[in-house]
Amino acid sequence: MLPGIVRSSSRHLPCRRSLTKWMSVRNLAAASGDQMTVRDALNSAIDEEMAADPKVFVMGEEVGEYQGAYKVTKGLLQKYGPDRVLDTPITEAGFTGIGVGAAFQGLKPIVEFMTFNFAMQAIDHIINSAAKTYYMSGGQISVPIVFRGPNGAAAGVGAQHSQCFAAWYGSCPGLKVVTPYSAEDARGLLKAAIRDPDPVVFLENELLYGENFPVSSQVRDPNFTLPIGKAKVEREGTDVTITAFSKMVGFALKAADELAKDGIKAEVINLRSIRPLDRETINASVRKTYRLVAVEEGWPQHGVCAEVCASVQEESFDYLDAPIERISGADIPMPYAANLERLALPQIEDIVRAAKRACYRSK
Amino acid sequence: MAASSLASRAVASLSPSISTGASRDDAGSSSVVGFHKRSSAFTGRRVRISSGHGSSAAHGRRSCVVAATAAPVKESPPKIADIELVTREEGLELYEDMILGRCFEDMCAQMYYRSKMFGFVHLYNGQEAVSTGFVKALKKDDYICSTYRDHVHALSKGVPARQVMSELFGKATGCCRGQGGSMHMFSKEHRLLGGFAFIGEGIPVATGAAFNTKYSREVLKDLSVDAVTLAFFGDGTCNNGQFFECLNMAALWKLPIVYVVENNLWAIGMDHFRATSVPEIWKKGEAFGMPGVHVDGMDVLKVREVAKEAIARARRGDGPTLVECETYRYRGHSLADPDELRKPEQKNKYAVRDPIAAFKKYLLENGLASEADLKAIEKKIDEIVEDAVEFADASPLPPRSQLLENVFADPRGFGIGPDGKYRCEDPAFTAGTAEV
Repeated sequence: MLPGIVRSSSRHLPCRRSLTKWMSVRNLAAASGDQMTVRDALNSAIDEEMAADPKVFVMGEEVGEYQGAYKVTKGLLQKYGPDRVLDTPITEAGFTGIGVGAAFQGLKPIVEFMTFNFAMQAIDHIINSAAKTYYMSGGQISVPIVFRGPNGAAAGVGAQHSQCFAAWYGSCPGLKVVTPYSAEDARGLLKAAIRDPDPVVFLENELLYGENFPVSSQVRDPNFTLPIGKAKVEREGTDVTITAFSKMVGFALKAADELAKDGIKAEVINLRSIRPLDRETINASVRKTYRLVAVEEGWPQHGVCAEVCASVQEESFDYLDAPIERISGADIPMPYAANLERLALPQIEDIVRAAKRACYRSK
Repeated sequence: MAASSLASRAVASLSPSISTGASRDDAGSSSVVGFHKRSSAFTGRRVRISSGHGSSAAHGRRSCVVAATAAPVKESPPKIADIELVTREEGLELYEDMILGRCFEDMCAQMYYRSKMFGFVHLYNGQEAVSTGFVKALKKDDYICSTYRDHVHALSKGVPARQVMSELFGKATGCCRGQGGSMHMFSKEHRLLGGFAFIGEGIPVATGAAFNTKYSREVLKDLSVDAVTLAFFGDGTCNNGQFFECLNMAALWKLPIVYVVENNLWAIGMDHFRATSVPEIWKKGEAFGMPGVHVDGMDVLKVREVAKEAIARARRGDGPTLVECETYRYRGHSLADPDELRKPEQKNKYAVRDPIAAFKKYLLENGLASEADLKAIEKKIDEIVEDAVEFADASPLPPRSQLLENVFADPRGFGIGPDGKYRCEDPAFTAGTAEV
């Protein structure tokens, strides 16, 4: 049960700034118990977009016969055939570049990386030939490609499989970077990403794939999309703003529950989009609560939270009643031992502690 | 089939001094078109050609002892005199293109030293036969993808000299509005896919363009698409992982692409033989199941014959070809390269094999053009290049407002539609029951 979504505010559908129209619809969804896993959300999004547009195709390792390394592309090979669901050899640089070259021609590839760690072997193409080409060509050649796959830590997969790349891709102009949390995010953002004429880095999370989220019938509509670049206020509050993305949104919501017991009403913002970053929503929230806790799983230095902090201190300095709190993963390669891994990642109690520090720092 | 026998004829007619039994030296490699044994597409007379090299020297080119595949059933081969390798019109076109390439690059050097252009500039002098030979064998709809040494590829493909020069000067009238520069020439209209600074980067991109042809025909069922793609890159790139990855996938998926290696023996200051365990790049095609062909890249007619066959093979759907063009750059790697490592003997050896001089001689000797014709072409090109410089000089710099443009095709990055509103608010965008 995820209370956040049901009780979230008028900011639920970000493209309409102030409305309450959807409240009743969402309550209906939750009440009817219509749920969807993130995996199914992604699968259905890809399926529908492939059905609607023959130029969309999927390529990556194990996406076809294996049904997807994490089963996200399950059933697609059977439905669309090997011409549109391509099992590639283990050649990230090569097949990513091929995807980019195909996108130069107006095809719409969805390139799956088994994890974004492997995308480092292809990062030359993501940055140099995908992100920069529209600019370098003076506006001639756009690159409607989606790079997707799991990002960040899983469970016990060690240092080379656990890095969060949101900050690296988020710093690059020419890329759009999105980080869905719920099934609704996954569906809406992936559809928007596939339809988008620019390269989109779509950072999923392996541990969220199996999680169930309530979805409304609107979310199930084949034309449901969410705008890229808009954050969502998952839970309204008045005392402290907590920003998070991907898996940390769930932690932040649980932390908000804990804080509520102590009379602190936290506002939880699901960033949804790292680039463009929705500075307006973040700042509007801080101007309301006067305190900020920024949360991410990745490394602290030059992280996403660093950018959030910079944005808030630049635009809402006078509104801050306390120094901004930053919760991020430990500044180390991910250890393997389970207890060490737990210590290396933000936990709910860390967020709670930080929020309380932010609240008690006021005079 | 005729082409390959023509090609072996081309050896005799164009450069009789460099044929079988050539002396063993740095530059003397087989100037014969080599056909990979397994390639059934390149059939021709069974020809065993040895360039007379003994054991491989550390610095010399290894001999390419090659054999064509089984002979077709044919009567006596046609006499040399009966074959016209090229018509007068074609010949003049090829000559003009090579002169344009040479003249343009020389002008670039001048402009660079006058600070009109800046940054990294890599010139193509000496390699014109490869660009002209290959690109002029393409159709307008075909694609090419290049490296940082891309000015002449752009010109051969049809990008106007004015636009290329403006781009080099960093002016708003450049082919990329001044945003790309020397190393990043793009032209959607002329199907030039870049312009990449990282070697090897263009190879997968070109392979993707070839993939698009296949996808358009087989999935989208659009048989009007039959574009072939050429990927140009150098000897240094052939040690890069992406090269091999793409050879594999192109052969696996039978993509309509030709991989053209411009082997000029040097990767900045790294001698090809110091960097490569198996210097015969053409041999690497076989490892991936595609024909590997070696050709004298200083001879435009030989290059053209190989190009026509390889392009036809791709267009038929028979898959990729790897073509190694032996060539040489007369200038340094870039205009900032002092070029101290290349020995004068090697440079002189290739200087006498200047592709333009050789072709001029061929045209004159075979009566395809007169001195006056060629002089007229040279004059015309001089004027074109001068006009390009004047145009570029007079062109405006990009306006300040252009700085932030063209980052996203979707201008504000918020899913904004062409009418300026959020796409999600456009009723036509969400054509279902959802109101987003």
